[in-house]
Amino acid sequence: MKHLLGLRELSKEDIIKILNLAKDMKTILKSETKKTPHLQGYSVVTLFYENSTRTRTSFELAAKFMSANTTSISVQTSSVQKGESLLDTVKTLEALKTDVLIVRHSFSGVPHFIAKNCSFSVINAGDGMNEHPTQALLDMFTIRERLGTIEKLKIAIIGDILHSRVARSNIWGLSKFDNQITVFGPQTLIPPYIENFAEVASSLEEAVSGKDVVIDLRIQLERQKRGFITSKQEYYKFYGLNEGIMRYISGSTLIMHPGPVNRGVEISSEVMQLPNSTIDEQVTNGIAVRMAVLYLCTRKEGIYR
Amino acid sequence: MILIKNAQLVNSIHDKAEKVDILIVDDKIEKIGKNIEENPDKMIIIDASGKYVMPSFTDIHCHLREPGFEYKEDIKSGSRSAVAGGFTTICCMPNTNPPIDNRAMVAYIKYRAREVSPIEVLPVGAITKGLSGEELAEIGFMKEEGAIAISDDGKCVMNANIMRNALLYSKDFSIPVISHCEDTNLSEGGQINLGHVSTITGLRGIPREAESIIVARDILLAKETKAHLHITHVSTKESVRLIKMAKEWGVNVTADTCPHYISLTEEEVLGFNTNAKVNPPLRTQEDVEALIEGLKEGVIDCISTDHAPHHKDEKNVEFNLAASGTIGFETAFSVLFTYLVEKNGFELGKVVELLNQNPRKVIGLPPNVIREGQKANLVIVDLKKKWEVREENIVSKSKNSVFLGKLLTSYVETVIYNGKILKKDGVLNC
Repeated sequence: MKHLLGLRELSKEDIIKILNLAKDMKTILKSETKKTPHLQGYSVVTLFYENSTRTRTSFELAAKFMSANTTSISVQTSSVQKGESLLDTVKTLEALKTDVLIVRHSFSGVPHFIAKNCSFSVINAGDGMNEHPTQALLDMFTIRERLGTIEKLKIAIIGDILHSRVARSNIWGLSKFDNQITVFGPQTLIPPYIENFAEVASSLEEAVSGKDVVIDLRIQLERQKRGFITSKQEYYKFYGLNEGIMRYISGSTLIMHPGPVNRGVEISSEVMQLPNSTIDEQVTNGIAVRMAVLYLCTRKEGIYR
Repeated sequence: MILIKNAQLVNSIHDKAEKVDILIVDDKIEKIGKNIEENPDKMIIIDASGKYVMPSFTDIHCHLREPGFEYKEDIKSGSRSAVAGGFTTICCMPNTNPPIDNRAMVAYIKYRAREVSPIEVLPVGAITKGLSGEELAEIGFMKEEGAIAISDDGKCVMNANIMRNALLYSKDFSIPVISHCEDTNLSEGGQINLGHVSTITGLRGIPREAESIIVARDILLAKETKAHLHITHVSTKESVRLIKMAKEWGVNVTADTCPHYISLTEEEVLGFNTNAKVNPPLRTQEDVEALIEGLKEGVIDCISTDHAPHHKDEKNVEFNLAASGTIGFETAFSVLFTYLVEKNGFELGKVVELLNQNPRKVIGLPPNVIREGQKANLVIVDLKKKWEVREENIVSKSKNSVFLGKLLTSYVETVIYNGKILKKDGVLNC
């Protein structure tokens, strides 16, 4: 079985292997034809139970650039609407000779559940509040490309840590490289015992000061109704990356965001356009990283034997 | 006639285990003594050398799923599972379909049990009609028909006024109110304990206060009404503390916890193991220790299994959609022996009390003791046997045990109820 379910269980060596390969894949992206035969004959299926543009398109393009046969299942028009269970959907995909399934689901652990019940490779494209491993890998790739290393850095993660699979994957991945990680956000959005894995800052200024990297997270506005945050305006003032906070951030600090961005809530348009903002670059790097993951998950000599 | 030879007899913590022979004639214990004469032509002789004999167990909290969910379990299969674990009196919760919330349903359970169960099945009636938490069920009629307690188990009576009235009303019928303590505003959407593991897995957490806030509320209501409140499946150290305080106040409160809460922690969920999804959720080592201490001190009166069978299709699903609960009859004694006696120095007699005298006291049943002239309700246990919990050896219709793959010490080999051998040398005979 060859899966990418999360970064918590992945070794440092495996992460480096993916990042190194992604570097090669990026050269393919830069070429005119953007086509390699690596996945020729493989059937790659995307199954997204949540809306997504960038992750889904990124995976599909990655598979297509590598000559895979790709199919995208839209849950809105699939048998799920007839009440088909996930287990039955998995069995159907197996019978349809799927080689790789890329899955996103609002429940934590769904890729693990599928992996336990199928013979094909499973790639986690985001599961509930658990992990979003390829997002963290592309963040790490971007950091390494810009700063030349992913080791011994000071990294701040800002925003909704509680609900963020991006934050978790980044914490698990970056922790393996001796980085100093700090988190900050409203107390309602800081999960218990996170101090076992990261420092918890007491102010935004403290969180971002002296950092090599600031990863800003997307806030879901429906959290307001559930009592986690009070208003967009208040969030922006106390937790947003705005011009005021830029006084505490040096010109060389990378400003990252997994997107899509709520402009004027988590981050201002002006900050997004700074030269040290990597938001658009992250999207491009995402394809290279996903090409690398797809390649490794379909090889016998791959990381998940 | 049955003659049990050379068994170490343990009735309670006050007993010194002594080697005796026990002669059973019809449904009663005729004689206990040394070297009772054997007569192989007229009696079944069970050699219990090196084994222990103790009163069979009583479970005040289980789910038999009949009527409505017979694909998970039914009164017959549940009773057989209970026998396999050494239980001969079991109290089934009312969250069936339809629920046990009226006298006809209580009568139905009693009738079915008489028909298909080899052991005593005592129904628990609902506190509120339809388990809705809104209108009191006919508690008097249900008691008259044979309900031994009332509970909306699986659901918390969130309306404090209804709970207060239930406690007040129950006094007229001397029936305990078994409370499932869970503030559903706090637990809503939660899958596991809120803590280290929920942070790691991204599964939504249930704070411990969801339980202890209602424990505190119900204690205060019981204090005021002077009714008998029984708090079931206690899982947090704060709850233990509150119950201890209530007992010191003189509140008429009793409590139980389950084998899984005194042996396992939230770590079992890692890897998204749905068999470890139970309600209340598995907590932390600190809670496990507090519960064990609570049992030691008598703050927690007894053990219940909360035997909660679910079909494979309800467990082999996404963690969020998986049903909560683990089966419990067949592993209860072995878990208690392994985790309380072996690991925490409990006396065997204490475990016997937790599974027999104490739960019977909670629901007002006379004690079951192995004494001349008493009914022959007993088990023979091999305390040295080590066994791995495996699906293929489970008697229950459902195989959703949180203990699958765990190695346990001690095994209930033989079960006798009212003089009938229901299990012998590990083989069921019912």
